[in-house]
Amino acid sequence: MKTHSSGFHPSVLILYAKKLILDPIHSFGRYSQLLFRAFGAVPEFGTYRKNLWEQMIHVGIDSMPIVMLAAAFSGAVTTVQTSYQLVSPLIPKSIIGSIVVPSMVLELGAVVTGFILAGRVGARIAAELGTMRVTEQIDAIEAMGLNSIGYLIVPRVIAGIVMFPVLYIAACFVGIGGGMLVGHIGGFVSIGEFVDGAREYFQPFDPIFGMIKCLVFGFIITSVSCFKGYYTRGGAEGVGKATTEAAVASCVFLLLADLVLAATLL
Amino acid sequence: MISVQNLHKSFRDKVVLQGIDLEILEGETLAIIGRSGSGKSVLMKHIIGLLQPDSGRVTVDGVDINAISYADLRRIRQNFGVLFQGGALFDSMSSFDNVAFPLRTFTSMTETEINRVVMECLEMVELPGVQTKMPSELSGGMQKRVALARAVALKPRYILYDEPTSGLDPETSTTIDELIQSLSDQLNVTSIVVTHDMHSVLNIADKAAFVHEGKMHWAGTIAELHESDDQILRRFVKANEYLIGK
Repeated sequence: MKTHSSGFHPSVLILYAKKLILDPIHSFGRYSQLLFRAFGAVPEFGTYRKNLWEQMIHVGIDSMPIVMLAAAFSGAVTTVQTSYQLVSPLIPKSIIGSIVVPSMVLELGAVVTGFILAGRVGARIAAELGTMRVTEQIDAIEAMGLNSIGYLIVPRVIAGIVMFPVLYIAACFVGIGGGMLVGHIGGFVSIGEFVDGAREYFQPFDPIFGMIKCLVFGFIITSVSCFKGYYTRGGAEGVGKATTEAAVASCVFLLLADLVLAATLL
Repeated sequence: MISVQNLHKSFRDKVVLQGIDLEILEGETLAIIGRSGSGKSVLMKHIIGLLQPDSGRVTVDGVDINAISYADLRRIRQNFGVLFQGGALFDSMSSFDNVAFPLRTFTSMTETEINRVVMECLEMVELPGVQTKMPSELSGGMQKRVALARAVALKPRYILYDEPTSGLDPETSTTIDELIQSLSDQLNVTSIVVTHDMHSVLNIADKAAFVHEGKMHWAGTIAELHESDDQILRRFVKANEYLIGK
C-alpha cells in the first residue's frame, strides 16, 4: 500500500472521518427512528400499562434516597462555601439564602438529580435492555406479535419524564433544607435570615425553568439509555459497552441541554 | 403454507443468504439443516419477519410479510410460536409468568383460566411443579422446555425451533425431540426445526432442507435424504453418523 512521504496513510484519515462524522450521523438517524417508532407506540397504552407502573417505581421511588442524600449535601456545601466567600460585615447574611435557593432551584436540583439518574437509571436501563437483546428476549417479544418498543421503551421514557420532576422537587426541598440546617447549626446564618434572603430574590420563573429542565433531562436520560440498550450487539462485552456509553452519553447530552435551555429561556 | 422465494441477505460485506427457495406445507415438520454459520437461523428469522431481506419474498398463507404494515405483521406473528436457541425466557419473571405472558397479553382470559392453561402447558413439557422457579434456577434443558410451553401456550399454527437440542446432553436432547414430536401430533402444527443435529432430524422431521454456503443445496423427504448421493450432503450427514450410530 502507498503511504505519503510523511508516513501518514490516507485510509487512516478516512477511518477517522467515518468515526467522527459518519458514525454519529448514523447513530442519530437510528435514534430518531427509534423515537419515531416509540411515539407511534404511545397510544397502545394496554401494551405498557403494567410496565409503566414498575418503571415509575424503579426510576422514581427507588432513586429517591440517593437523590435526597446528594441534594442535602449539595445544599449544605453551597451554604458553607457561600458563607466562606462572602464573609464581610458589609454583606448581610441573608445573601446566603438568596444564593443557595436559586442555585438549587435553577441548577443543582436538576443537574445533580440528572447525573444520579444517568448513572443509576440510565446504566440500569441499558444493561437491562442490552441483556434482553443479546439473550434474544427482545426477539421473543417481537416474535409473539408484541411491539417491543412499545412494551420496553415507551414505559421507561414516560417514567423518566414523569418521575424526574418529582425527584427534582424533592431534591430542591431537601437541598434547601440541608443548606438552611447546616447554616443554622454551623452558625453561618440563622433560619430567619436564610428565609428572608430566599424570599427577597425569589423569581417565580425559577421553579418553572427547573421543571422544564427536568422534563428535558428525564427524556434525554431514558431515551438515550434505551437507544444504547436496545441496539446492543455482541455478548457480555457489548452489554458492558452499552451500559458505559449510556451513562456517558446521557451526562454529555444533559450538560448540552442544560446550556441550551439556560441560553434560550433565561 | 409458508413460502420463501429467492431470498437474499447480507450483513455489511458478509453474504449470508444467496437466493433461498423453500416451501413448508401445512402440518409437516421440516428440518432446516446445515453447518454452523450457514445461515439457518438467519433464514428462520426471515420467516417470522424479524429480519428484512435484501431481496426476495417470504409469504405466510399467501401474504408477503415484508409488504404489509407492522401492525399486520404482528397479527401474523401471533400464529407463530418460537423456541429460541437459548430459550429467551424473560429472566425477570417466574416460569409461570413466562408461560402466562402471551395469554395475558393477547387473550381476555381470567386468571383462573390462565392458571389452568399454564399448568396444562407445563405438564405437556413434563415440567409440572416448576411454575414458581425463576429461569436462573432452571437447567438449560428445563429452560428450553419452559420456553416451549410458552411457545405453545396460544396454540399456534406454526412453531419454529432454533437449535432446540444444542448444548444439551443426549438424554435431554431425546426428551426435547420427543416433545417436539408429540406437540406436532397433539396440536397438528406446522413445525420448522433449525438444527445441525441429524439425530433430531431423523427423529422428528418429515422433510429436510440443507442450507450450504447461503444456498438451498438440497431438499427432500427423510427417505430421500438417506438415499441421496449428493457429496456435500453426505459429508454433512456422515459427520453426524457417529452420533446416530450408523
